[in-house]
Amino acid sequence: MIKLSRRKLIATGLAATAGATGFVVASKLAERYGLVPPDSGGIYGPGETLTYAAQRVLTRHSLAREFSPSQVSKTPFANEVDPLGEEFQRLQHGAFADWRLAVDGLVTRPASFSLAELKSFPRRSHITMIQCEEGWSYIAEWTGAPLSHILGLAGVLPKVRYVVYHSIQTDWWESIDMADALHPQTLLAYGMNGGELPIGFGGPLRMRVARQLGYKNVKYITRLTLTDNLKQFGKGLGSASPEGGYAWYAGI
Amino acid sequence: MPDTLRPRHSFLVRVTHWIMTVSFLALLVSGLELVVSHPRFYWGETGSVNTPVLFKIPIASSRAKVPTGYGYVLPDQNGWSRYLHFQSAWVLVMTGLLYVAVGLLNGHFRRDLLPARPDVSPKRLAVSIGQHLRFERPGAEEAWSYNVLQRLAYLLVVFVLFPMIIWTGLAMSPSFVAAIPAAVNVLGGQQSARTLHFFLTGSLVLFLLVHVFMVFLAGFRNRMRAMVTGRTVEPLERV
Repeated sequence: MIKLSRRKLIATGLAATAGATGFVVASKLAERYGLVPPDSGGIYGPGETLTYAAQRVLTRHSLAREFSPSQVSKTPFANEVDPLGEEFQRLQHGAFADWRLAVDGLVTRPASFSLAELKSFPRRSHITMIQCEEGWSYIAEWTGAPLSHILGLAGVLPKVRYVVYHSIQTDWWESIDMADALHPQTLLAYGMNGGELPIGFGGPLRMRVARQLGYKNVKYITRLTLTDNLKQFGKGLGSASPEGGYAWYAGI
Repeated sequence: MPDTLRPRHSFLVRVTHWIMTVSFLALLVSGLELVVSHPRFYWGETGSVNTPVLFKIPIASSRAKVPTGYGYVLPDQNGWSRYLHFQSAWVLVMTGLLYVAVGLLNGHFRRDLLPARPDVSPKRLAVSIGQHLRFERPGAEEAWSYNVLQRLAYLLVVFVLFPMIIWTGLAMSPSFVAAIPAAVNVLGGQQSARTLHFFLTGSLVLFLLVHVFMVFLAGFRNRMRAMVTGRTVEPLERV
């Protein structure tokens, strides 16, 4: 039925070779410039890689929308929280005076900060929206220490590419690339709407990544680990989310 | 070329039609699955189970926090649904861009989809609507061309509904709207974008149902063959 002339065959062959070469070159370049997410394997890898690469090329430095105080949600929804363990309750009884944030991995000065120390650092507030992947959302004013400041104190080694962050709830751990880690709106938040950050919303310390969905904004942060390679954490997919079937990059 | 050998649909139209069919169905299934995790809709910037709804869909949810009144919770399917939704969106957008670019360059839209001026007169339109309402089978003149309602429907889908559903989808992305805030601000907020995205889905599903019904009415085998192989049987033959 279909007649292929020799010319057509050669043209098709050349196009296919050029396409394949282009694809290989593109993936090598994407890898080198940090445009490939850690969960790029599997059947949904191409879509995830396109999304993440497009966002990193086009929106790397953009700031999340900030709102006016009148737009702050009157009845924000805290979401459900898994039972908090004995360790958390012990710290809570001491008004979180003993809560520590450890910073380790590829840093020149591994450190550990108390909440009081974090609160003594330059603070930043922003009124931004947090969106759950399920579809609901609220706007709140978040106050905290910029993650970039804390990283600066610990001394980031040049080869660092990701910040892994752990919760006191050990099932919850996430990671972000340096574009989000050094982003001016990324905070270790300890305040909300002018008061202390309530426990339901992640108090005493929550990672606030303003340009990503709620599940990257992990509650009850106790530890930051700087790394150049996410393969050594968990199943090597970057964070707990891909292990549970959710995308690592949640800026969409 | 004799008429019987002239393809009803060009190769590019056929290939992009089926790629977009598959990706649209994948988007539809995964999108409805995502709705199940929060079958409540709002207007404005924000909304949650703590705020009033614009409307809610009376179905069970895959999240216990949503008060549905059903007393049971469906299994969570959001992980793969989200992966599939965004991957299919990439396929649909890139295929759609190719289709639109080539269609603009080779005159497909001007020639095949733009209705002739006399055909959009109220009288002619009324005639065509009447023919459709009586479920009249298309005549010989439609073997290689589209009727006026068909043209208008396709133009609406290609140049209004699909651009709008892509836009409202992007308007829900926190990183995208960080770069282009106007994309969500002009829609009235992120929850408005989500609600509009849902209604646009409804419009496209309605189009799909009518489209498939019309294919049956016009002769399923003949129209299917035309969209697969490009060829159509002689106009007067009724399948």
